[in-house]
Amino acid sequence: MNNLVVLPMIIPLLTGIALFFFRSLLWLQRLISIGAMLAASAVSIYILHLIQRDGILRLDFGGWKPPFGILFVADSFAMLLVLAASVITVICLFYAFFSIGKAREKMYVYPFILFLIAGVNGSFLTGDLFNLFVCFEVMLLASYVLISLGGKRVQLRESFKYVAINILSSWLFLVAIAYLYGAVGTLNMAHLSQRIAEVGQGPLLTTISIVFLIVFSLKAGLVLYHWLPGSYRVAPTAIAALFGALLTKVGMYALFRVFTLLFYHQPEITHTLIGIMAGITLIGGSIGAIAYQNVRAIVTYNVIITVGFILIGLAASTTMGYEGAAYYFIHDMVAKALLFLLAGTMIALTGTAAIERMSGLIRNYPLLGWLYFIAILSIVGIPPLSGFIGKMLIGQAAIESHSYLLLALGFLSSLFVLYSLLRIFLNCFWGETIISEENEAPLKRGLLMPSILLAILSVGIGIAPEWLAPYVQDAAHTLANPEEYINAVLED
Amino acid sequence: METLMILLAGILVMAATYLLLSKNFIRVIIGTAILSHAVHLLLMVMGGLKAGNVPLLGENAAPYTDALPQALILTAIVISFAVTAFILVLAYRAYKELGTDDLEKLRGVDDE
Repeated sequence: MNNLVVLPMIIPLLTGIALFFFRSLLWLQRLISIGAMLAASAVSIYILHLIQRDGILRLDFGGWKPPFGILFVADSFAMLLVLAASVITVICLFYAFFSIGKAREKMYVYPFILFLIAGVNGSFLTGDLFNLFVCFEVMLLASYVLISLGGKRVQLRESFKYVAINILSSWLFLVAIAYLYGAVGTLNMAHLSQRIAEVGQGPLLTTISIVFLIVFSLKAGLVLYHWLPGSYRVAPTAIAALFGALLTKVGMYALFRVFTLLFYHQPEITHTLIGIMAGITLIGGSIGAIAYQNVRAIVTYNVIITVGFILIGLAASTTMGYEGAAYYFIHDMVAKALLFLLAGTMIALTGTAAIERMSGLIRNYPLLGWLYFIAILSIVGIPPLSGFIGKMLIGQAAIESHSYLLLALGFLSSLFVLYSLLRIFLNCFWGETIISEENEAPLKRGLLMPSILLAILSVGIGIAPEWLAPYVQDAAHTLANPEEYINAVLED
Repeated sequence: METLMILLAGILVMAATYLLLSKNFIRVIIGTAILSHAVHLLLMVMGGLKAGNVPLLGENAAPYTDALPQALILTAIVISFAVTAFILVLAYRAYKELGTDDLEKLRGVDDE
């Protein structure tokens, strides 16, 4: 029992509600929202340390002992993601202050960002399958509002599709929960794991697991990503960066949780299927990334490639694969937020998203160019940056589990990532300058600072991964040994 | 009784699927609402229909009905209510702004 565990969710939730009362005091809204997220980050760091010392923490709400009540469980994997999500939110909030505009600020954009992060953190922390559904819905409702806020034509057009597809996937989630409850009679994840191990994962439970796979694939953008590029492109930059960095990760986290803790008895069916889906996602994302001339579209398809890549780690289902995936999760939250922010800044400066209409930006904005270069290196996985260690470990895990095709696809997709991002670099930053000095839109420091912070984070994680190593190893260890999670929850 | 309920849920899903496949905003929204009703029925049946007493624990509790599905359904109803309200407003705004309620006309990738 530790009441701290609920704080990463409850801080954003309560401050979000409080912010509704300060509609016209924008400076106060900004101050409070960033303060809340900084507090949530600090608490997450503290909880991570506690987990190192005392093992997995849990909080039974209302004192109801598991499996009867709802509970939050904080293991290293969940807390690492909570920490990364909270830090990214701080930085994206910072970017939003300078870019999102008064109109949106007055229409409660900050409370909804806080609700979004409350849902995200709740999804990471919960130890109950139905509570996971509820946290997903909190996150999704906030994201519906954020994506349609502003009410531009293109936003409304895409957000209707986004909302409709997510309602459908939430429905499937409920169906899967109903079947699972009918089959084993519990919803507490640790208890579920125990019962599934007891009765054996027969054909019925495997089928249910595949329904879960479809649900989370829809949310994560694994194969079923047709809704993703359209909707992520229309949101304002700071929001799109949050979505790109966090939302697909929540779906992936759920996949990891469900297929390492609950349905790990039939890997030749479920994990093979995940492997195949990861492969298809890598191919589809790569094709999308090189097919478009639009900066936002290219960046969005890069999100999809990552989904495929991280899930190679799950398909391999070795400790090393989990470790690599945990590193890559953190790296990718940082790197994708950076990439989205830079792309958004480029669009804001030039007023266009088409790469053929930008040129020679590095002369006008040298720092922006170099930051973009760092982002490319980091995402492709050049050694001193954060992408390297995750890529290497996932690659090793793929070799370990003899999935050579996935290995080849994973690293081929890296080349596609490199090509698609270099294409932006060559087209937009190199070449003749088309913006003369007097027409040059000033690059506000506020737009650049968040990207600099993210770049520093990316370099920092790359140079000193040993700083993260104990937490990541613990996370991978817990994922690989579900009995630790079960013991922490069900035994006192 | 369980069989009947499952059949009813199936019929609801069938009707909802038909509505979801149409091009009109409102039909799609009604489709999602009916879908949620179907899954609420499913949840209830999965918990087992009335098999025992009211779930009140006392000194001498008789075998009682599982109360959890009701709690799940209640939560799910509230959520689907909120989501339906939101998507109705969104559809209204989109109709006013875009001048159409035909999903077919909302296609298109690029307008930048």
